[in-house]
Amino acid sequence: MLNFKRLLATTSVLATLGATSALAETELRMMWYNDGSESEVMQSIIDRFEAKNPDISVVIDVVPYKSIMESLPIQLAAGAGPDLARVTDLGGLSKYYMDLTPHISDSAYWEASFGPFLDWLAPDSDRISGFMTQLTVTGPYVNKTFFEQAGVAMPGDGATWDEWAAAANDVADKLDIPIPMAWDRSGHRVSGPAIAMGAKMFNADGEPALVDDGLKEMAQRLYDWHQDGTMTKELWGSVSGSSYLGANEDFANGQVVMYMSGSWQIGQFSGTIGDAFDWWAVPAPCGAAACTGMPGGAALVAMKDTKHPEEVGKLMDFLAQEENLAEFYGKNLFIPGHLKLATGGVDFATDDARAKHALSTFAGAVPKISPTAFDLQGYPNNRIMFNALISRLNEAIVGELTLEQAYVRMEEDVAKQLAAKAVD
Amino acid sequence: MTKNTDQPAAVKNTAVSIAGWPVQQVFRLLEYPFSKIQRGVGVQGMPWIFLLPNLIFFGIFVIIPLFINFAFSFTGGTELFLSNRVYTGTEQYRFLLDCKTFGDPITCREDRFWKGLYNTFIFVFFQVSFLVLFSLITALILNREIRGRGFFRAVFFFPVLLSPVVVALIWKWILLRDGILNAFLVSIGMDKILFFVSPEWAMFWAVFVSIWAHMGFYTLILLAGLQAIQPDLYEAAEMDGTSKERVFWRITLPLLWPNLLVVVVLALIKGVQVFDEVFVLTGGGPGTATQFIVQYIYNTGFTEQVQNFGLASAASIVLGVILFVLTMLQLAVTRARDNG
Repeated sequence: MLNFKRLLATTSVLATLGATSALAETELRMMWYNDGSESEVMQSIIDRFEAKNPDISVVIDVVPYKSIMESLPIQLAAGAGPDLARVTDLGGLSKYYMDLTPHISDSAYWEASFGPFLDWLAPDSDRISGFMTQLTVTGPYVNKTFFEQAGVAMPGDGATWDEWAAAANDVADKLDIPIPMAWDRSGHRVSGPAIAMGAKMFNADGEPALVDDGLKEMAQRLYDWHQDGTMTKELWGSVSGSSYLGANEDFANGQVVMYMSGSWQIGQFSGTIGDAFDWWAVPAPCGAAACTGMPGGAALVAMKDTKHPEEVGKLMDFLAQEENLAEFYGKNLFIPGHLKLATGGVDFATDDARAKHALSTFAGAVPKISPTAFDLQGYPNNRIMFNALISRLNEAIVGELTLEQAYVRMEEDVAKQLAAKAVD
Repeated sequence: MTKNTDQPAAVKNTAVSIAGWPVQQVFRLLEYPFSKIQRGVGVQGMPWIFLLPNLIFFGIFVIIPLFINFAFSFTGGTELFLSNRVYTGTEQYRFLLDCKTFGDPITCREDRFWKGLYNTFIFVFFQVSFLVLFSLITALILNREIRGRGFFRAVFFFPVLLSPVVVALIWKWILLRDGILNAFLVSIGMDKILFFVSPEWAMFWAVFVSIWAHMGFYTLILLAGLQAIQPDLYEAAEMDGTSKERVFWRITLPLLWPNLLVVVVLALIKGVQVFDEVFVLTGGGPGTATQFIVQYIYNTGFTEQVQNFGLASAASIVLGVILFVLTMLQLAVTRARDNG
């Protein structure tokens, strides 16, 4: 009987302890999207964090990129968002970010490591809200094997968009390749070349001014390229509005000579294309004003509605450490968004010469990026401009509007959305 | 002999009473509270009690959101909660309806709303017309004594069971540049057709796929109507030597009219609400050629950086009014026909 009582008491104590420890455990939810398989690398780093902090568990909710763009803002507005999220609308969602400063151990380290990017996340304040999981630069890839087979010399550093278009057409004609040139259907992708042509994007007062002669120069070229077959209408013309479409699969399948995208494709191309052909990143082609792409990237940010700010701060502090980010960038072949690592501190986990060349090409393009491009990337309402640009230009390309009508509509769309936002 | 016939009946009765026992117990349990309620609300009030769960569900998920949506349409800004939003009066409606020439969307301030509206009308006109026609023809064929009738009924109904996204993806794979249909065209010496680049082809396939996906459901409704027509009428017509065409126009069609009306009203409402299939199939393109009104509402409310819930709500109210007017018109036409 005594043994039974002891057993009962021990069981009760254990059960109480178990319940207490279960109650003490904090679960953090991280909304995440993948370009490749970077959530796996993040999970392995988080596993180490959880081992050191057994009272905190972190769940990575991997969702489609579309959910990050469309569902996350609604969740955040409803106060039902995740504790952390990987986002690309860096400034657009900034009102939902928390200030990590009171919850991190060394804010000076964050300032020194992520300085300029912190402004992208908090355009109107000195908050520290997160760090870049990757810095991206837009730019083209070419199928170098096609150029070699066609006996066409690749235009060199400093070549213009017109020269590249002519060369891509030449290769496509000689080898009967269906698509000489393809661009991601994205306003962000068009903006870099437009700035290269002289687009200012903002007026003298710093207000958005999307349409000017520089933008018209680039828009006219894109329009012409779609009409003369340099670009296929199937990619840009086959959807409406601001929907994103990439030509990465067409490029990987050897259907495209030149593909305008960005550095985030490196890991994917390294895996999917492999040795099938030489895919080659080339420097941003030039316009009259510059030879520039657009900077950009994705950031992991903490949300202010979290019920566990201390734990979130602890986690972010851990993830932002140099060795962890070096591992993350290195394994995913991402251009580092950490200033020290960006100057050569990452050992990229690849033996693929094409991937290494692409990484050095895009990393080398960063100093050449136009200040206008940085300003546009840092502008919190930049998606309004990107969406107006791509959707109206598309309507002109398929013949629903003239280019002049499209320019008027672009400006109206931007004004309409800014006015809607100003009502709050 | 008597014993032999009574034995299976007794077994059957026992089986029924065993199977019915749990049901009886449930009814016994419910009897007390329901008799109390009946004493309270009276026999006349009991139907409302039985409808109550459904009414609550309908109220929470349809009626209340309808009022909230209506209220949203008089507000502006990007706040999600109604209490935080700024009252802007009829500004959203004035913005939507600001047109120089209503027949030309380009002259409208919110051109995409009007393009969406026109595209929806074109889609509904062709989709509903052909959907009803093909459903009627299919129902007439399947109502006849043909071999494999059950199989064909299942075949025609099968697409109804598929998710709209699955339907759209299947057809997208068929219609892509390197899809099955283009492979077939190339194999017979023709050129590939870029179906999703041409506005006409994109609209054609949007209508076709929608009819393919939904025809089985409407065929079933019409088939039920055809089977409810008394065979005596056909026999009498046959004895009188009436031609088949006359039988169709004078017996089948008039008696099928109530079912046809249901089919037309349902098809019309579903047609105006079209979104998921076409969104996955064409993305609303090329340009805005297959962007319908519901996609406009979705884009305005959810995909832009500034999620303009007020404008999206106003557009959905306009859509609701259009649907209401169309339904009333149809009912009026039907009543006039019945009375005349």
